[in-house]
Amino acid sequence: MAEPSIIVVGAGPAGFRAAQTLADAGLRPIVMDEARRAGGQIYRRQPEGFTRSHQDLYGTEANRARSVHDGFDALLPHIDYRSDTLVWHLSDGQAWTLGPDGHRSTPYDALLLCTGATDRVMPVKGWHHAGTYSLGAAQIALKAQACAIGSRVVFLGSGPLLYLVAAQYAKAGANVAAVLDTSPFSARIAALPNLLCQPAVLWNGIALTRDIKKAGIPVLYGVTPVEVVGNPETGVGSLRFRASDGTEQDIDCDAIGMGHHLRPEAQLADLARCDFAFEALTRQWLPVQDSDGRSSVDGVYLAGDGARISGARSAEVSGRLAALAVLKDLGFPVDSADLTHLRSAKARYGRFARGLAQAFPWPSEQAKALPDETIVCRCEAVTAGTLRETVREAGAREANRAKALSRVGMGRCQGRYCGLAAAEIIAAEAGVPLESVGRLRNAAPVKPIAIGTARTSGE
Amino acid sequence: MTSPIRSDILIIGGGIMGCASAFFLRRRGISVNLLETDLVGRQASGTNFGNVRRQGRPLYQLPLANRSIAIWRQAQALLGTDIEYLQRGHMRVSYRNRPEIAGDMERYAAEAAQFDLDLEMISGNALRARFPFLGPEVLAASLSPDCGHANPRLTGPAFARAAERAGAGVHEMCKAVSAAKVGDDFLVTTQDGREFRAPILLITAGAWAKRFVEAFGETAPLTSRGPNMCVTEPLPYAIGPSIGVATPETMESVYFRQVERGNLVIGGSIQNPTFPDEYRVYVKPENSIGQWQQMQRLIPAIGKLNILRTWSGIESYLPDHQPVLGPSAAVSGLYYAFGFSGAGFQLGPGVGETMAELIGTGATDIDLTAYRIDRFSSE
Amino acid sequence: MSGRFVRLAEMDRKPLTFLVDGAPVDALEGDTLMVAILTSSRRLRDSEFGDGARSGFCLMAACQDCWVWTSDGDKLRACSTFARAGLEISRRAPEATWPNLP
Ligand SMILES: Cc1cc2nc3c(=O)[nH]c(=O)nc-3n(C[C@H](O)[C@H](O)[C@H](O)COP(=O)(O)OP(=O)(O)OC[C@H]3O[C@@H](n4cnc5c(N)ncnc54)[C@H](O)[C@@H]3O)c2cc1C
Ligand code: FES
Repeated sequence: MAEPSIIVVGAGPAGFRAAQTLADAGLRPIVMDEARRAGGQIYRRQPEGFTRSHQDLYGTEANRARSVHDGFDALLPHIDYRSDTLVWHLSDGQAWTLGPDGHRSTPYDALLLCTGATDRVMPVKGWHHAGTYSLGAAQIALKAQACAIGSRVVFLGSGPLLYLVAAQYAKAGANVAAVLDTSPFSARIAALPNLLCQPAVLWNGIALTRDIKKAGIPVLYGVTPVEVVGNPETGVGSLRFRASDGTEQDIDCDAIGMGHHLRPEAQLADLARCDFAFEALTRQWLPVQDSDGRSSVDGVYLAGDGARISGARSAEVSGRLAALAVLKDLGFPVDSADLTHLRSAKARYGRFARGLAQAFPWPSEQAKALPDETIVCRCEAVTAGTLRETVREAGAREANRAKALSRVGMGRCQGRYCGLAAAEIIAAEAGVPLESVGRLRNAAPVKPIAIGTARTSGE
Repeated sequence: MTSPIRSDILIIGGGIMGCASAFFLRRRGISVNLLETDLVGRQASGTNFGNVRRQGRPLYQLPLANRSIAIWRQAQALLGTDIEYLQRGHMRVSYRNRPEIAGDMERYAAEAAQFDLDLEMISGNALRARFPFLGPEVLAASLSPDCGHANPRLTGPAFARAAERAGAGVHEMCKAVSAAKVGDDFLVTTQDGREFRAPILLITAGAWAKRFVEAFGETAPLTSRGPNMCVTEPLPYAIGPSIGVATPETMESVYFRQVERGNLVIGGSIQNPTFPDEYRVYVKPENSIGQWQQMQRLIPAIGKLNILRTWSGIESYLPDHQPVLGPSAAVSGLYYAFGFSGAGFQLGPGVGETMAELIGTGATDIDLTAYRIDRFSSE
Repeated sequence: MSGRFVRLAEMDRKPLTFLVDGAPVDALEGDTLMVAILTSSRRLRDSEFGDGARSGFCLMAACQDCWVWTSDGDKLRACSTFARAGLEISRRAPEATWPNLP
């Protein structure tokens, strides 16, 4: 048999470990990533010419970051690495890419989707004002560009990233005005049994909060955001919120980093026609997978945060495991002890991820309470009021129907940042369970591409 | 089992044909139930390009198209909601390497005038001055100032909701699985086990019509394909008419329009295969790329714009590119309106009014001869 | 006007200059266009629908809220494109690109 063509999409921790596992078995996988340098989101490398150390950049995760970076560099001779290459469609067993040499299609026998995650955000009235960023954005500004997103920054939302980014900002000398957590402290206590399965990670999280408080930054729990007060010209001016005791407060700032944990970038899984299922705990639709990362479609495998949000350490494990699944399905010998070991590690991380979801719940009730004038879809400037009207007057009770009628999720980001909140608003307005609202269908291209990339012959 | 749900008329298929028919039937006071597999206006009627054009249709179709345009013009008042109809023109252009097309367009303009379709022929400097973005390959154009375009995503549902407000029973997520004539009535069962009964049955099931046609012993060589669509990011609103290439080559035949919010909607070139049983059609990337190449011939500067989304829809085609429209030749009380072959969006409102008239009064002024179902029976 | 982003480290990189809306902007080698623009001003682009200035959102090439134009009408995603000496960037659609360009 000719050597099978295996494509790994994504060069973060999951994609790296998957590619490494395949290379170890003597195969030469093709690794495609939209970014110019490997590392993915979390171990994103700073550009050439920057000099901060791994310790400065990645803190407690410095060793892991280094091993991913060095490991990837060592892997380069054994893989076909295509950076700067966006996979924008999947069709008839081929990955369609736009890269430095233009459009190209590459057939695959196995496709490993390690596409990572983006921030999951709950809109706040006024979040369209300039100066509002996702938590991930705030972190990238610091890690990849050595910048703070503002001269007085508020961090808002919940999830582990909230504390990690705030602590990194404090350490780097940025001016952090406050950390406002929408989840109540009690949720964390309730989640402890699950969180205790990863004591080291849990401990890191506790240490971060301690560092933030030591730096004199106020940390408030159980906060309800009211409005990003700002101006269309100059952007964010302050954040208005309700504290857990019910008092309303304004805190001056020129930037806000907000987010509620992460959501998988599952567009390619959708274009590959994988089945999705609703997960009640995190209130979102996720691609269906077996314990090793096989999707519902033959030859398509899932790993890392692109399948389930469970963090970088877990991504390395699920990347390996999915690669073993590929090998096994292609008839290569696979050590069953490896499988058992990785499966149990993956299950442990999964349990921890459930703990995090319990500790930092997605504030679905906030969607219900959003004032009508709130812009929900930033791309198309669709307000909560318009969306509710489509539900009330035009009877839309399903996400794609509401999109067709109101344009919510129809813009440049293809619903990445509004889709989950919009579904909550539709469900609340229609008085139906979130599950029945369904999920926005993804369409190619996965990201916008210029018409001129399609060159005519002779040019 | 519950007793059958009765009405004067039963419609299978909630695309624009079914929804507009239901609406106009209600205006005649006739009771209607409409059955739709999914949500109304989600298939061809909700995914199409949105051209509301008369230009380019065969001359004998123009009376129907004219009836339709009259409804489009007052749609907002009639339906109580905005369906973004913009009467800003429709233009066909021809390329230099096909000079015969320019001649065809002139002949067509001369003949269409008797059907109140006024076409303005533009070429040379006048064309460049008015449409400076057109590429150097463009030779001549035929502009119909009073055609236009509308938002297909809104139109089908708008007719359905208006019909509902007027008393029609619009049953979504309600797939008809069998239809038969029992005594004087048609009996239709749905996937969820309900029974609907009516003395008159109208089939507006688009690409899914064939099984019902065959159930009643008739035949129509219906196929389906998925025209290729995409949309760009928004940019300052500047282009009124929808513009397309007149050419015999499918590959070359691209068209676009700008919506008032600024996006360009683009369609045409090679079509996609469809999977009507699964209600699915998938855009083939090679077709998108081909379409974008062709768009750059039409408008070289368009290469700078970003595409946000591609899609397709399941459209029904008949070999002569004409729909089946009118009564069954075999079963009394049975009517058809399907197979619009890529050009039914504009006709939808007129078809609805014509079917309502035909069913309500037994006759219509619109000549339906070209659309008879039995035109295929000799084949 | 003062900038939005604040540099915290890595300030010894080689300086470079490019134009934003016709005015020179000082940046450092390795800056993304976004950082280069937002360290000296507060706006990256305008929403098409009248709700005001935008300054990007995700910085990871996902939200698409950071596209700017070059002088010849090409579009660049500011968070994932590096600043280069001599670039001419415009934050509003250049007149010449659409739809008047032959
Ligand atoms: C991509 C695309 C671009 C186009 N562009 C244009 C254009 O610019 N201008 C123009 O004039 N025309 C255009 N057309 C053509 C136009 O959209 C169609 O001709 C028109 O919408 C047909 O309407 P319809 O109601 O017959 O079909 P549909 O809209 O497909 O409706 C048929 C309905 O029947 C339902 N159905 C089927 N079987 C059953 C069952 N067993 N039980 C219950 N319900 C059932 C289906 O779910 C569907 O909703 C285009 C078509 C497509 C697909
Ligand atoms: S800031 Fe989101 S894509 Fe650039």
